[in-house]
Amino acid sequence: MTRRYNAFSLIKEGLSGQKGWKPAWRSPEPKKQYDVIIVGGGGHGLATAYYLAKNHGITRVAILERGWLGGGNTGRNTVTIRSNYFYPESVALYELSLKLYEKLGRELNYNIMFSQRGVLSLIHSEPEMEMAARLCNAMQINGTDAEILDVEAVQELVPILNFNADARYPIFGATIQKRGGVARHDAVAWGYARAADAMGVDIIQGCEVLDFIKEGGKCVGVETNRGTIRANKVGVAVAGNSTVMAKLGGYELPIHSYTLQACVSEPIKPCLNTVVVSPPIGTYLSQSDKGEMIIGGGLDRVPSYNQKGNPPAAETVISGMLEMFPVLRQLRLMRQWGGTVDVTPDSSPIIGPSGVPGIYLNCGWGTGGFKAIPAGGWLFSHLLAKDEHHEISRPFDLDRFTKGSLIDEAAGSGIAH
Amino acid sequence: MQIYPCPFCGPRDETEFSFGGEAGNDRPEPAEKISAERWAQYLYTQDNPRGNSHEIWVHLTCDEVFVMERDTVTHEVIGTKSLRQEDAK
Ligand SMILES: [Zn+2]
Repeated sequence: MTRRYNAFSLIKEGLSGQKGWKPAWRSPEPKKQYDVIIVGGGGHGLATAYYLAKNHGITRVAILERGWLGGGNTGRNTVTIRSNYFYPESVALYELSLKLYEKLGRELNYNIMFSQRGVLSLIHSEPEMEMAARLCNAMQINGTDAEILDVEAVQELVPILNFNADARYPIFGATIQKRGGVARHDAVAWGYARAADAMGVDIIQGCEVLDFIKEGGKCVGVETNRGTIRANKVGVAVAGNSTVMAKLGGYELPIHSYTLQACVSEPIKPCLNTVVVSPPIGTYLSQSDKGEMIIGGGLDRVPSYNQKGNPPAAETVISGMLEMFPVLRQLRLMRQWGGTVDVTPDSSPIIGPSGVPGIYLNCGWGTGGFKAIPAGGWLFSHLLAKDEHHEISRPFDLDRFTKGSLIDEAAGSGIAH
Repeated sequence: MQIYPCPFCGPRDETEFSFGGEAGNDRPEPAEKISAERWAQYLYTQDNPRGNSHEIWVHLTCDEVFVMERDTVTHEVIGTKSLRQEDAK
């Protein structure tokens, strides 16, 4: 049986008819009792289970996924990884994630195709140039990499941009985080799933949580469509459905669910070797290894659980992109989709206790959850194992809304929501 | 493009409207006697229903504020009401 992925096993299996590969994870029946239940089999849930087992030695863990593994926002994002935030708390969080991503493929023995091709944020006016300098300074002080590029440097990097002086979105320069980039989103989910499963974590798909079981005011398990499953602690990492779980669990959240759309074009020859972001338009553009242009943007303006998206938001993104990249005007779109994202008032995530003993939260990542998967898992597993915050997750507790200590990244780094 | 019915102007394109929050979230008074927890709840806590939702919307072209009942999964508009009609219910 072949378990490790390497050149030798590839050759061996190639010569023996590919018959020795084992499924990457089991599909076990749920047990009656676990130490920890994680609701949500997306990237954050899977990473949490992996780090519970690896960092804390807790392997009696079940992941309950209503649909299929990685089928929510983990499989619906535009695969961008970056840590270019403004506040020290945010940089600490997303920098932890970026550093874990840098080692993740080797650690999981799974090629996540992490390509640090840089994330370039365009600047369209003189005042934005000043704000970009402020952001870059903050990032450097907080210990991550950031540079400002002038127009000539941007032109060298992305010659297909529209540099005409009369362009609708004139280019004054850009900021770049060179360690940022893209990874294969499914591989991140599958890599964590395979590694967690190998350490004994039960990944249970098609298992919907219908209610939380409480005894003496404490949560002691969940009722599911596959029976009662008990656990000492329940961690909820369900992104856009977080408030649906909150209603079942009896706690409240400052979250609105919105649709975030994305689309890909037909594949074309390589013409873009970095990730280009235009913050004011909300357009994200990168080219996949297959040659497709991956196009993302800002939120739909209507609270929604619809996972499709309305045309006006797509039109804003695509028309903005075509203004900036006139060369792409002939391009045909192959697929369009939407994900339900969990947006907080300060555009920062929530990690911490829910207020109901035994239920813990990992949510509120909004449009930026994919890049944070390793850190989300690392910090959430710490919280679940020790029942106290890691110092990096402390500022992201739900109590910040009562204290007024918000971490407003929409104002700080100008992210799209 | 979805069509929303403004109670004052009739059916118009969705791009003419702006979402203004969930209906029924009344400001707790008097402010000086309200706890930090209740104030945070008023400012930030969302019902965020999956399915039927009562929401405040503004029709940007006529500047009127109204209540829209909507399904957040199917996007079906169930109905719209002026605030006066909403108060009278
Ligand atoms: Zn009107």
